[in-house]
Amino acid sequence: MDLFEYQARDLFEKHGVPVLKAKVATTPAEAKKAAEDLGGGTVVVKSQVKIGGRGKAGGVKIAKNPDEAEARADEILGLDIKGHVTEKVMIAEGADIAEEYYFSVLLDRSNRTYLAMCSKEGGVEIEQLAEERPEALGKVPVNAIDGIDAAKAEEIAAAAGFDAETAAKVAPVLTKLWTVFEEEDATLVEVNPLVKTGAGEIIALDGKVSLDDNADFRQPEHAELVDISAEDPLELKAKKLDLNYVKLDGQVGIIGNGAGLVMSTLDVVAYAGEKHGGVKPANFLDIGGGASAEVMANGLDVILGDDQVESVFVNVFGGITACDEVANGIVKALEILGDSATKPLVVRLDGNNVEEGRKILADADHALVTLTDTMDGGADKAAELAAAK
Amino acid sequence: MSIFLNSDSKIIVQGITGGEGTKHTARMLAAGSNVVGGVNARKAGSTVKHTDKDGNEVELPVFASVSEAMEATGADVSVAFVPPAFSKDAAIEAIDAKIGLLVIITEGIPVQDSAEVWARAQAAGNATRIIGPNCPGIISPEQSLAGIIPANITKKGKLGLVSKSGTLTYQMMYELRDLGFSTAIGIGGDPVIGTTHIDALEAFEKDPETEAIVMIGEIGGDAEERAADYIKEHVTKPVVGYVAGFTAPEGKTMGHAGAIVSGSSGTAQAKKEALEAAGVKVGKTPTETAELMRELLS
Repeated sequence: MDLFEYQARDLFEKHGVPVLKAKVATTPAEAKKAAEDLGGGTVVVKSQVKIGGRGKAGGVKIAKNPDEAEARADEILGLDIKGHVTEKVMIAEGADIAEEYYFSVLLDRSNRTYLAMCSKEGGVEIEQLAEERPEALGKVPVNAIDGIDAAKAEEIAAAAGFDAETAAKVAPVLTKLWTVFEEEDATLVEVNPLVKTGAGEIIALDGKVSLDDNADFRQPEHAELVDISAEDPLELKAKKLDLNYVKLDGQVGIIGNGAGLVMSTLDVVAYAGEKHGGVKPANFLDIGGGASAEVMANGLDVILGDDQVESVFVNVFGGITACDEVANGIVKALEILGDSATKPLVVRLDGNNVEEGRKILADADHALVTLTDTMDGGADKAAELAAAK
Repeated sequence: MSIFLNSDSKIIVQGITGGEGTKHTARMLAAGSNVVGGVNARKAGSTVKHTDKDGNEVELPVFASVSEAMEATGADVSVAFVPPAFSKDAAIEAIDAKIGLLVIITEGIPVQDSAEVWARAQAAGNATRIIGPNCPGIISPEQSLAGIIPANITKKGKLGLVSKSGTLTYQMMYELRDLGFSTAIGIGGDPVIGTTHIDALEAFEKDPETEAIVMIGEIGGDAEERAADYIKEHVTKPVVGYVAGFTAPEGKTMGHAGAIVSGSSGTAQAKKEALEAAGVKVGKTPTETAELMRELLS
């Protein structure tokens, strides 16, 4: 899960990373009040969207007093930045910025460890800096056992090329940012810019944090950070049913078992769709190994709740769960759904006990169900049915 | 021959008394695996009853730790069915005991735990090969199964298979059951895993029984691209590839924690192109991939 800037700021503050005072507002009036609460002086009004390039899009503006903050918030709220509509603004204290730096620590998949990156040249697009002036970006591997201790923080600061005085000020902030990374189960903590003020203080001015959903069981507070308003209603419904569902833009609903097989099914349906008026897969839905009647019914229910869906392709490989059990699951699921199941279902079963499974579906002879022998054939049939609508 | 696992492998199950552990211990025994015991500190000293593939009853001892189990049974493989919250400790216990192969089936382990487990395995001199986490395990058909792969969908044969995805592993084992497999490994779809495509390719290249290799990848990370570089330099046996996730949109996690396209990296197209540039024939669908393999070997 990616966090908003204000949520990252809050986590930084919680772990002792120096940040500016700030408040969140959803209306211009709230923005004015926030600016007053912050002392009535100069503030920065910042769009809270989970995408870069806010400044260039007009999503970050300075306000000299609370009335200006209200006006600027009025301009920024509702602003569409690359498809992300601004629902909230953060009102932050103004800062006397002397220098801008960059720091991040992230999961390095390729090396199965963490990587810290730091530069004296912050405030710019870091991808651009990495490409144009790679020597300006210090990169230091971080061991997953030791993390960023004082010595590692000094090594990172040295790699960034800070002078001794600045390095001594930056390093303790880096160890605190590591604490955020470690204790919050993050996969990315990025500060851009990390600033030095005229008074020589180091402050994390803008932060980006990604959290690991797998760690939710030991991070109960993270549930509050989920932005429900931004989630697709069908995805929310699926999540409540404990289904692994991703909404896509297409006409062929997909149900399968196993993430890889379902991804593959989407591809095969998209290829088949090229021959049938360009229909596309409508979703990703992995019902896992079990494929019980209840899970199958829940899955179908979610997919049929998508108005775009014209046909459904059920693609199950019977491995641990044999095909006869899966077939019984489909038959019972259709019983549970009754009249609410209205779209044609193409079913492909293969693997263990496939003959028994196909026989169960053939005997049930449900009007909506078409049986196919192969994955490619099933995808073609489902695409054809969707295109015929 | 086979890689990493054979009929001599002695397997223990961490979490043998739990629901998943019980179910899959029974399946592994039915597949002919030599399961010699299990671990659960709270139930040490007890036994669990199962049936082997010949229908004989077996009573498996439960030990307090992996090292005790190894000492008593000579086990060299552990399969861990331990809930996410306890998986890190279970893995570190197996690494500290220096067991030769650790298969972590568990899905949903925090990635920081996996990174720490990997760091500890390295610090211990890589005495323990790790497969997973979030994987179906490894099977050398008609010899041994360490994991949850269905054993009766294929036969022993001349292909090696390495895949990020469980069900695509099964699909391909089944599609190519006419040729059969020396070993099939599901390496898992998490961002941090133990055994990689490259590790498996290296072992299959050296294995005299393996004549050709099927490699299955999916979106996310750059493991397939690096495997392609490795194939170009080091693999002489024919390799056929498949990549899942061409239609996956950017920024959406597709089931596996590691299956996400971020920006221009991790796309299926980039992986396919890298593999093709290394001389790997890449199928558009699993069925077409199986056909490519048959053509190569005919």
